[in-house]
Amino acid sequence: MPLFPQLYNFAHWLTQDRGEAEDLVQETFAKALNGFSSFQSGTNFRAWMYRILRNTFLTSRTGLRSAPTVSLDAEEDEGPELAVERDTPETILMARCDSEMLQTAIAALPVHHREIFLLCEVEEMSYQEIAETLSIPIGTVMSRLSRARRTLREYLQRRMQGEKVAVGNERGMNYGV
Amino acid sequence: MACESLKGKLDTYLDGELPEQEMRTLDGHVRSCASCSSDALGKLQMKRAIQVAGKRFTPSAEFRKRIEQTIAPKRRSFVFGSLRPNWLLAVAAVALVAFALFIARNASDRSAGQQAFSEIADLHVGTLASSSPVDVISTDRHTVKPWFQGKIPFSFNLPDLQNTEFSLLGGRLTYLDQTPGAQLIYDYRKHHISVFVFQERSLPASLRESFLPPKQLPFNMETWARDGLRYFVIGDASKDEIDRLAALFKS
Repeated sequence: MPLFPQLYNFAHWLTQDRGEAEDLVQETFAKALNGFSSFQSGTNFRAWMYRILRNTFLTSRTGLRSAPTVSLDAEEDEGPELAVERDTPETILMARCDSEMLQTAIAALPVHHREIFLLCEVEEMSYQEIAETLSIPIGTVMSRLSRARRTLREYLQRRMQGEKVAVGNERGMNYGV
Repeated sequence: MACESLKGKLDTYLDGELPEQEMRTLDGHVRSCASCSSDALGKLQMKRAIQVAGKRFTPSAEFRKRIEQTIAPKRRSFVFGSLRPNWLLAVAAVALVAFALFIARNASDRSAGQQAFSEIADLHVGTLASSSPVDVISTDRHTVKPWFQGKIPFSFNLPDLQNTEFSLLGGRLTYLDQTPGAQLIYDYRKHHISVFVFQERSLPASLRESFLPPKQLPFNMETWARDGLRYFVIGDASKDEIDRLAALFKS
């Protein structure tokens, strides 16, 4: 079956629930099969499949609950991310190889950031392909992706600072004994 | 060069999405600037870690089976059926009958070239008759080509089909005389054409020669060798169209 494991992974990330992900994938394949005649030869099949899955998700109960309207302000690019400090989430995470923390950070992203982030980083779609999948302009792809990355970095930084504080407190207690 | 203005473009640079001129500029800068180079490396490692972490969920075997059972009756039409109802069955039946006649008539004195042709024809018909004709379904050559990585011991290029009536339907792994190869399936006005690519040195001598297909089969074929690879283009489209697709591969 084409794209089956990839679509399931994406569905599970969106729904955050195995049962709902299975329903979503099943409905996606059913819709794709019934509507294959609407697929235009020469266009991108992968984008077409992901678009069906994503639209199905957005109209599901979980999708409606978890994807509130994105404000226009939120779509505006806040400009490039500037100076990168030495002790970055990248360097710390690499040192720790903390896959679980990354997964928690991805899961914590709002749905409209999570989906675009996964399509780019995990599915390795081009910006054009993402634009086709999500039916948004390329400029919006770029600004939304930039915000998703920033949100993820900020989340990781907060988590790491929290851990540092916790470790510091723990050490203080130990020293006090 | 102002590092700060470039650092903001590092993510887009690593996504390979900057305009060509900017890509070159950043490429040169990252190579010569230790600070930007270090940041780019960190971000690249992060991308790799995210890709691993992002492939988190796998469907259960039961779910896969359930889906397969649900869609199995419709599966054939998923790729080909909706393009022309019963086309696949009709072509497969005609081809198999013709092929059987061909074998009966020529079994005794079939030339090595003809035998080689029939093996290619076998693969083509067998694929079209299969319930899952392609392993990777995509019209995008940049999706289909990488799919073969690690599956066949060579690499090849797929032609740009812009401004042509050919469209790529997908690809699959195939074997000829115990040699792995790539099979690509193209659509031309509802005709399906297979393009086979094998390593020339792995094929038997009969398949390395250019030969004319026998007239008894409703297929046209073109074959050639280039850069150590042997190509076969076969289908029921006209000889002109087969040659045209072959020319796109040769160009």
